[in-house]
Amino acid sequence: MKHIISVLVENKFGTLNRVANMFSARGFNLASISIGETEDPEFSRMTIVTHGEDQIISQVVKQLNRLVDTVKVTDLTRQPHVERELLLMTLKLSKTQQHEIFELINVFKGKVVDIKQKSITIEVIGSPDKINTTIDIFKPYGIKELSRSGAVAIHRGE
Amino acid sequence: MHSSGQTLNGSEIFFECLRRENVEYIFGYPGGSLLKVYETLYDVKDIQHILVRHEQGATHMAEGYARATGKTGVVLVTSGPGATNTVTGIANAYMDSTPLVVFTGQVPSTLIGNDAFQEADIIGITRSITKHNFLVKDVKELAITIRKAFFLANNGRPGPVLIDMPKDILNASCAFNWPETVEIRGFKPTIKCHINQVEKAAHKIAKAKRPLLYIGGGVISANASEELKAFAIKKNIPITMTLQGLGAFPGNHPLSMGMLGMHGTYWANQAVNTCDVLIAVGARFDDRVTGKIETFAPQAYKIHNDIDPTNVDKNVKVDLPIVGDAKHFLAAILEEMPEKLENLEPWLAEIQTWREKCPLTYTADDKDLRTEFVIDEVSKQTAGNAVVVTDVGQHQMWTSQYYIFNNPRSIITSGGLGTMGFGLPAAIGAAFGIKDRPVILFCGDGGIMMNIQELVTAVHYKTPIKIFLINNSYLGMVRQWQELFHKEKYSFTDLSDSNPDFVKVAEAFGCKTFMADNPDTARDAIKKALAYNEGPVFVDFRVVKKDMVFPMVPAGGSISDMLLARLNPKTMV
Repeated sequence: MKHIISVLVENKFGTLNRVANMFSARGFNLASISIGETEDPEFSRMTIVTHGEDQIISQVVKQLNRLVDTVKVTDLTRQPHVERELLLMTLKLSKTQQHEIFELINVFKGKVVDIKQKSITIEVIGSPDKINTTIDIFKPYGIKELSRSGAVAIHRGE
Repeated sequence: MHSSGQTLNGSEIFFECLRRENVEYIFGYPGGSLLKVYETLYDVKDIQHILVRHEQGATHMAEGYARATGKTGVVLVTSGPGATNTVTGIANAYMDSTPLVVFTGQVPSTLIGNDAFQEADIIGITRSITKHNFLVKDVKELAITIRKAFFLANNGRPGPVLIDMPKDILNASCAFNWPETVEIRGFKPTIKCHINQVEKAAHKIAKAKRPLLYIGGGVISANASEELKAFAIKKNIPITMTLQGLGAFPGNHPLSMGMLGMHGTYWANQAVNTCDVLIAVGARFDDRVTGKIETFAPQAYKIHNDIDPTNVDKNVKVDLPIVGDAKHFLAAILEEMPEKLENLEPWLAEIQTWREKCPLTYTADDKDLRTEFVIDEVSKQTAGNAVVVTDVGQHQMWTSQYYIFNNPRSIITSGGLGTMGFGLPAAIGAAFGIKDRPVILFCGDGGIMMNIQELVTAVHYKTPIKIFLINNSYLGMVRQWQELFHKEKYSFTDLSDSNPDFVKVAEAFGCKTFMADNPDTARDAIKKALAYNEGPVFVDFRVVKKDMVFPMVPAGGSISDMLLARLNPKTMV
């Protein structure tokens, strides 16, 4: 089962390496990891997406907690949360399919961030599922390059 | 001692911090990045620096010292190769949860990342084998970093911490400030057990007909032997111990069943197989203990107390996890136990029948020398009161079987990592910490060569260790597996043509030496070695070549697969 884990860490050099290294050293699956500073520059927040049975995930959470630079570890999977991912994607642009592409961008509430004679770069924000669908739908039009941020997530407020 | 607020350079701050951490010994080796530290050390009189001959030796010595005394071992090495040479020792301390603080020199901050002379990314290299590590980037951070490192090393589950100190930081100056308290946001070990969980455990144990205590090294780390004794003896619960747990409970007490697991006693393993409540304390269900997970303690309700939550449900799913310090747990459980228990006499009687059915035995004749005899004899001559250090292999398992440990912190052995070469330096380190009991090393002829250079250290400091070389001219444990499981293909385990004359080697280093090749000379050599305290004594015990350690549960096997003796008796000589 997919799990999304939010980790508040000390904003120090090497923290990302410690976390990533723990996953590889213990043979845990690591689907994506994203990290950025929080409102307090002393901390960063990491969002980790991993897959595994409950016993494995419980070990993942405990092993994360055991790292000295992690301050708080929360498995958001079964809690109310919002999950978003950013997709940047460059597509081939041809006169004949131009209209279809623009329509689809609207359907996915995407934005055009760059446009050239033969290519168009768009951004789409949404749940990782939506991003997967977006990629599937655009595939037939010719994807030249794409880049995904990995999921970031946060608790829903009260 | 310098006072707070005084301006000091980095290396003066370094020693000032060690003083405040009550460090007695540093195990170290100088080098380019540490010249300033060694310049300061020249005039330091209150901390003794022990010069090793290889940095791996320093880490094992620090570990031996730490395990024997319960204090934190301190290592000081230079950058690059000095630092990388400590890696095996750090990994060993990490696996066996020994508190160490390892200081490594580093090239100047401005050169880090430039492939400078004697540069190694030791922080990157040791991330997965330390509890935590630090690179000091500012001299103002040095004191607080050292404070944090000692705090981390010996709080919660103990372990090694490394501090990397660039050369320019050690030369730079600042006002010295010793932080009286230390706060690490991401490190809050649970010491006190959840009392509801303890209550539940107490009720389960009270109703048990066949309860069993499974004791690991955590009880030793927590200095919880007295609490264990009080609980077990008062409630009459039999005890089996892991390799690292030996000595937590007196081996000569009738409730002690010795070690469990791969080379554990027949009766301990049968008891695990039959018990209805298993109380694991400070143990981590290692594969050498459990064998096949599915058949481990199959009838038991499993209670697991450990200070490290990651140990709980890691290998074996338990019924009642209790996170917390073993000392707290054992004291609390005794208090929570109802007065009335089930009658445990039938259970103890059953264990006794197993004990009588398959005791630990070896055949002794007056011609051939067997390791079991040597260890048995040492155990008798020291009345189980020595500090016994081992290397890794057959002699290590025989030590666990035939040396009767009556006190905690008495066996110092590489359990988790299984590091050949650990024994000699660890024994030297232990002897710096323990002056009132003999420190004995059992070491194979394979392992002794892996850190033989430290004989110099032992001779130089007149360390009165007893080096008992168990010399069978084989890598005996590997040979045993080759015989049992690998078609008797004795691939590269026969050392008889290549081993040196160990007596001559030890003499050249300056050791007092003896040789023994039969029970009479062995008994005599042990007696003389124990009486010699002017420095290290080295005894070459030429034991039979092809002896095997039994009982043995093959790796990944169940108790029912236990081998009790050689299937095809062959000559052992």
